[in-house]
Amino acid sequence: MAVVETGAAPPSVAEVRPRGGGRRDAWQRRLPLLPALIYTIVVTQIPFLVTLWYSFQNYFFDVPGGAHWTGLSNYKQVFTNAAFRGALWRSVIMTVSAVIVAMILGVLFALLLDRKFIGRSVVRTLIITPFLIMPAAAALVWAGPMLDPNFGLLNYLLQPFGVHHVAWLSTHALGSVIVVMIWQWTPFMTLIVLAGLQGQPTDALEAAKVDGAGALATFRELTLPHLRPYIELGILLGSIYLVNVFDAVRLMTNGGPGTATTNLPFYLYEQVNNAFDVGGAAAAGVVTVILTIIVATFALRMFARVFQFEEAA
Amino acid sequence: MTAAPAPAPAAVPSVVPARTRMPGPQRLRQMSSTVGWGVVAWVVGIAFFLPVLWMVITAFKPESAAETWPPKFTFSPTLAEFRLVFSGWGPYVTHSAIATIGSTVLVLVLGVPAAYALAVHPIKRWRDGLFFFISTKMLPIVAAIGPLYVIALKAHLLDSIWLLIILYTAMNLPLAIWMIRSFMLEVPSEMLEAARLDGAGRFREITEVIMPVVSPGLVSTALICVIFAWNELFLALNLTVTNAATLPMFLISSVPQEGLYIAHLSAAATVASVPVILVGWIAQRSLVRGLSMGAIK
Repeated sequence: MAVVETGAAPPSVAEVRPRGGGRRDAWQRRLPLLPALIYTIVVTQIPFLVTLWYSFQNYFFDVPGGAHWTGLSNYKQVFTNAAFRGALWRSVIMTVSAVIVAMILGVLFALLLDRKFIGRSVVRTLIITPFLIMPAAAALVWAGPMLDPNFGLLNYLLQPFGVHHVAWLSTHALGSVIVVMIWQWTPFMTLIVLAGLQGQPTDALEAAKVDGAGALATFRELTLPHLRPYIELGILLGSIYLVNVFDAVRLMTNGGPGTATTNLPFYLYEQVNNAFDVGGAAAAGVVTVILTIIVATFALRMFARVFQFEEAA
Repeated sequence: MTAAPAPAPAAVPSVVPARTRMPGPQRLRQMSSTVGWGVVAWVVGIAFFLPVLWMVITAFKPESAAETWPPKFTFSPTLAEFRLVFSGWGPYVTHSAIATIGSTVLVLVLGVPAAYALAVHPIKRWRDGLFFFISTKMLPIVAAIGPLYVIALKAHLLDSIWLLIILYTAMNLPLAIWMIRSFMLEVPSEMLEAARLDGAGRFREITEVIMPVVSPGLVSTALICVIFAWNELFLALNLTVTNAATLPMFLISSVPQEGLYIAHLSAAATVASVPVILVGWIAQRSLVRGLSMGAIK
């Protein structure tokens, strides 16, 4: 896993270096970290090593006789498999569009909530609720009471606009799933951006006002640069969680119709649960991990920037 | 820039005197603009909340009134579906509670010392350490689900609550370490210095200096762990059947193959979501702090 070394001095709150005890001191410092480190290595890395192992095996749950070595054939299948490529592509579309829209809405909502108005804390409470609701519950409620073509609330509300009994999950499946993802993650973005807004020094804003700067110019020149690390952070954390979205796909559309909403998590789930193909799923998993590492390397660079930002303070 | 914990109303004093000096029409315009944006905010808030509200309303409907066109807004509310839900959710809610609380406690037990080693008396390569934890969050667990199943099977952990505790801990630990570390950075170095001059050892330093400062941060960290663990479906669905099945799986089981089920489903969804929603509402400020102040550092 790529790790970015920026070489800045650690922000040691209390630098203690007893003379002569350098080595002992280093171990004393390391000791509290070890349980968490070992735990994380064992629980998160071993499954991936085993995944790597099975990716070279022919292993089906439903075929007796267990696993046997097949070389690269699982990988050959993954790379020639249109279903895998499709799932990969849909994962990218779903994650990118959901994160971007949720962030734009999040910034707008945060700007609204940063103003004073009657019942502000109530509105904030309303807006954060979609983030708190259980994703499985959200998916089922959207699929049934909200989007059903025959009795769904959305069709009823859209009636004045000429919408009549649209079967959203059949005709606009991918869009519907993305809408639910956006609905659940906009509150998260709102909260992060709102905290950024509230941490903004007010004197600069006042000065801009005195200088006669318009609201838009003030936002572009002062607020947006200030918000940048918060926005980057929201995009990062949002992507980490949204790329793994499973509940909405499984419970709203079951990957369909056809494969219209099958993203990578759902594809891998089906490989294991319906095709019983541990080897094939493992190879697809390894490819997924490699792609993720490539993306994550860039993401970690972004993290590093956020950290530098913090230290420049 | 420091993302200092600035409470919301800090901007007020500079605005108030200006407003009193404002001439009539301008003041009126400002007031109407304030009201206008307030209305917009309310509309947005209600629109966002609508699906949740609709879920709760539908939960109180008799099944026959839940699937009508046009949707019914007036009906005689009934608790029938809730009664049905409460008669069946026992084992599921128990499993959910054990997995959530167990993993959150374990996260704190592992995370607090780790954060200490990354913040207060940092190891030399604290940056690498932190990035390692964060990087594990980026590996998609779904990629390893088949092998995870095989490992669990061989370790006799399949369908056991311990498996969920172990995995949820690993799932939440990176974010928790990151957050707790940032809260620890807020401990003033003078306080640590003073404690050391007092002859306080590591233990007293942690219990008497650091803990009082970071405990609100620990609450928000725990809260976020609770939300993610309580709501988790993928691992539970793949690795448990009955002995450790959690509330999200109860929800799935409330969708039958045939017949009317929308009211029942809504009641189950409401019951499953309410604990976390309530906790989240009560601890809003702490949540905001945890997600942002903590996260940005």
